[in-house]
Amino acid sequence: MTDHALSPSRPLRLPSVPGVAISLVGLVLLFAFSSPGFLSTGNLSNILVQSVILLLIALPMTLIIMTEGLDLSMGAVLTLASLVLALIIVSTQSLILGLLGALAVGLAFGFVNGSLVAVLGIPPFVATLGTLGAAQGLALIVSDGQSVVGIPRFVRQAYSGTVAGIPTPILIGIGFYALFHVLLYYTRFGTYIRALGGNRDALTLAGVRWRPILIAVYMLGGSMAGVAALLMTARMNAGHPTAAIGMEFDAIAAVALGGTSFEKGNGWIFGTLLGVLTVGVLRNGLNLMAIPSSVQVACIGALVIFALFIDGMRSHKS
Amino acid sequence: MSIASNASAGAPRIHLSQDMQQIIYRLLAAGLLCLALSLATDAFLTSNNILNVLRQASLLFFLASGLTLVILTGGLDLSVGANIGLSACLAATVIKATGSPILGTLTGLATGCVIGICNGLMVAKLRIPSFIATYGMLWVLHGITYYYMAGETIHGFPPGFRQIGSGHFLGIPIPVYLMVGFLVAGTVFAQRTVWGQQIYAIGANPVAARLTGIPIDRRLILVYAFSGAMAGVASIVFLARLNSAEGDIGEALTLPAIAAVLIGGASLFGGVGSVFGTFIGALILTLVLNGMNLLSVNANWQPLVTGVIVIFAVWLDMYGRRKA
Repeated sequence: MTDHALSPSRPLRLPSVPGVAISLVGLVLLFAFSSPGFLSTGNLSNILVQSVILLLIALPMTLIIMTEGLDLSMGAVLTLASLVLALIIVSTQSLILGLLGALAVGLAFGFVNGSLVAVLGIPPFVATLGTLGAAQGLALIVSDGQSVVGIPRFVRQAYSGTVAGIPTPILIGIGFYALFHVLLYYTRFGTYIRALGGNRDALTLAGVRWRPILIAVYMLGGSMAGVAALLMTARMNAGHPTAAIGMEFDAIAAVALGGTSFEKGNGWIFGTLLGVLTVGVLRNGLNLMAIPSSVQVACIGALVIFALFIDGMRSHKS
Repeated sequence: MSIASNASAGAPRIHLSQDMQQIIYRLLAAGLLCLALSLATDAFLTSNNILNVLRQASLLFFLASGLTLVILTGGLDLSVGANIGLSACLAATVIKATGSPILGTLTGLATGCVIGICNGLMVAKLRIPSFIATYGMLWVLHGITYYYMAGETIHGFPPGFRQIGSGHFLGIPIPVYLMVGFLVAGTVFAQRTVWGQQIYAIGANPVAARLTGIPIDRRLILVYAFSGAMAGVASIVFLARLNSAEGDIGEALTLPAIAAVLIGGASLFGGVGSVFGTFIGALILTLVLNGMNLLSVNANWQPLVTGVIVIFAVWLDMYGRRKA
């Protein structure tokens, strides 16, 4: 960020030293030396496959945070969507209907979140905290607190199948990454998103009706939670009422690690990909070292606070 | 801020400050709720149930009163529920190890306070937005607590200690006395001391507050420390009431605590709200949840209802400001 004064007008700035890349490489090296199984092809492909669900919700989370927003409800919505998906599939044996149900849940919550933020002007972290409670409650209500089991075998293919030797989730992940990259950098919608964070007044002055766009960003997040619900259900072979509770934290962590700023709308979608991989590598490596999942959560929390500290230092300097 | 408008001479109408009006509306809402519940179910208007409501409200109030100060500065503390978890588990360990409820209570309070100070340092010194800093803290605390407890439960405390949560004095539960004490102390602190007024000023207009020379960083650390310490108080009362500690002990309390503050009329944008308002907010929320219980609504509906109440309360605040 040292050249900040020299090029104040560049709209899109990549972090000059992507700290997330350094931490990713550092973690890979650390685990490569500390646990022998880490660098095996099987484990590396495992990391990629396991990171896809996180990537699917971290991508829209990046866009949401770039609009100076936040979506704390995403984990709960993902849980609710996966329960609805499981319930529909179990009763109709139709994957398409199940997916449509999950997408409908996601879109509905996205619409509510977006409307609360864009139309009523409620601060996003509180609006989505409220809908988090609502989604969590609904998840308990539709499932009555029980797991939904009896998912047919073909659903599992979505997670454990391969196409041309490559696991399906990885292909899904690559596809959606490309989609979001194009969406953010090569469409007018993406330009508006970048303007929504940090320069909303300019949009208003330019006569852009930004409220529908902001609602659309949250609906995109909800629908991606619906897509992730399919992979999640296929992976666990069941719907569980607390399955993805707290997953929004991993997503926010990945976005923050990736260098997207919470206050100025500066974002970097490739950074989010690196952030997702960092979280994935960290969890996998700690797993191999037999460190319990609770400590992993604490590590990620500490990492996020550190990343935000760095982010704060940077924006403070400039 | 309450500035009593002087009634012009000869005008028979009683003028009430805006804050007073807000409080009266909320008292009316609570009254209507009581009336509706006593009509809807016989079980409501029994002294047992009323005392039960007050005891439940007191737990919520401990948490929400500290949070009120944070919200008055325009911040938010999402870590209060997780704070209860760690504070309660550490306090339980100390009581079990030493047999001394006093040491245990001090441990719980100190743990809560230290966590609060960490939050305050992150917000004031590292300049991390409060909702993100405390959200990160939430998960750090969850991680530590779950690791520490490893799925175990600590239970069975000395009867003297359990009095804090389940004892009575003159027929009224001990936590209710504590609630009244903290209500008076909190109100006096916020309304009648310089520090309290500075907290309002920071939330109402941070720039003006800095220019007036208020030591903003120190006051911010103070309010987060208060919020943490009150979570410590809540953890002790909760522990004494439940007579057992588990890792997830306070998890479900964060959203209701925020709801209580917002129902009480505090604004998320800072500078507006009061500890007394939060008291009424805690009472209203407890009445709603108690009523659902009495009308045998499945407990699974509680997070949904609380979430909707949070959004509704914020919307009401926004709507009021737009009109003003």
